[in-house]
Amino acid sequence: MSIGLIGKKLGMTRVYDAKGNITPVTVIAAGGNVVLQRKTVEKDGYAALQVGFDAQKPQRVTKPEMGHFQKAGSEPKKCVREFRTPDAEKAGDGEANLSVAQFAVGDFVDVCGQSKGKGFMGVMRKHNFHGQGAAHGSKTHRRNGAIGCRSTPGRIFKNQGMPGHMGDEKKTVQNLVVEQVREAEGVILVKGAVPGANGCYVVVRPAKKKLHLAAKAK
Amino acid sequence: MNLIIQNIEKEQQKSDVPAFKVGDSVRVHTKVIEGDKERVQIFTGIVIGRKGTGLNTNFTVRRISYGEGVERVFPVHSPRIAKIEIEKAGTARRAKLNYLRNRKGKQAMAVREAK
Repeated sequence: MSIGLIGKKLGMTRVYDAKGNITPVTVIAAGGNVVLQRKTVEKDGYAALQVGFDAQKPQRVTKPEMGHFQKAGSEPKKCVREFRTPDAEKAGDGEANLSVAQFAVGDFVDVCGQSKGKGFMGVMRKHNFHGQGAAHGSKTHRRNGAIGCRSTPGRIFKNQGMPGHMGDEKKTVQNLVVEQVREAEGVILVKGAVPGANGCYVVVRPAKKKLHLAAKAK
Repeated sequence: MNLIIQNIEKEQQKSDVPAFKVGDSVRVHTKVIEGDKERVQIFTGIVIGRKGTGLNTNFTVRRISYGEGVERVFPVHSPRIAKIEIEKAGTARRAKLNYLRNRKGKQAMAVREAK
């Protein structure tokens, strides 16, 4: 079973199929993933693979970090993530497949990334409120309006939409389809958009809601 | 742009696209798939604009069909386009010939021919 990969969002482009249909795709570079540590239930309380991606200059890491990388026999990495997997202990014996080839064309994947920061946003932008009328003497236009009742319940309900900071948070887009896998370049093309700016790190892993499909295919 | 993305786009670009300009009269051979049969349909008209760069280049062709103006936008590098023929080279002084939309009768298809 595929574990997942750390990748770098390179940008978006389009792909033609043989019939001439256009598919918008995001290009993710995910070559050179290295196992840094295998966490086990006995030792760490949970099973996981710690994976590193993207080379870092040796002078940029601290001594303890350097020791950790050396222990794994790897050069320093910029991005380190963990993949929880029940197979981690088993994978300890053999080689964990961390190449791009663990995904095939047509596979469903989830992609996590840090979304673009939008700053302090009003309620119309942030929560898709309708706002108020522009004309007829209306003096409010983009405000949130009423936010609750009176002395019963005497409080504002949780999750009431209010203005505030938007974006720059961890987002996952589920069930994206792998459109192409280019092993030579270490690149996968995923249909649709992916959170974050170009050049930011993303985690690509098998789609959580399509695991039953993957099991059936086996 | 990133080199890998450039590569991906380059692979899909056609190398045999004729160098047609805005103002040219062209015949665009498009593949039409009906059921499991494929045939070629030809759309003839004047190129009234080009848009985009590289793989994303599109062009608009305008023709008068049964007295009604018809425009179609084609992606230059689409596999659905079998061939682009230049019927007559024209000279245009603007990048977009949208003024043709306001013209009627004979004038509607009048573009100066290239010398």
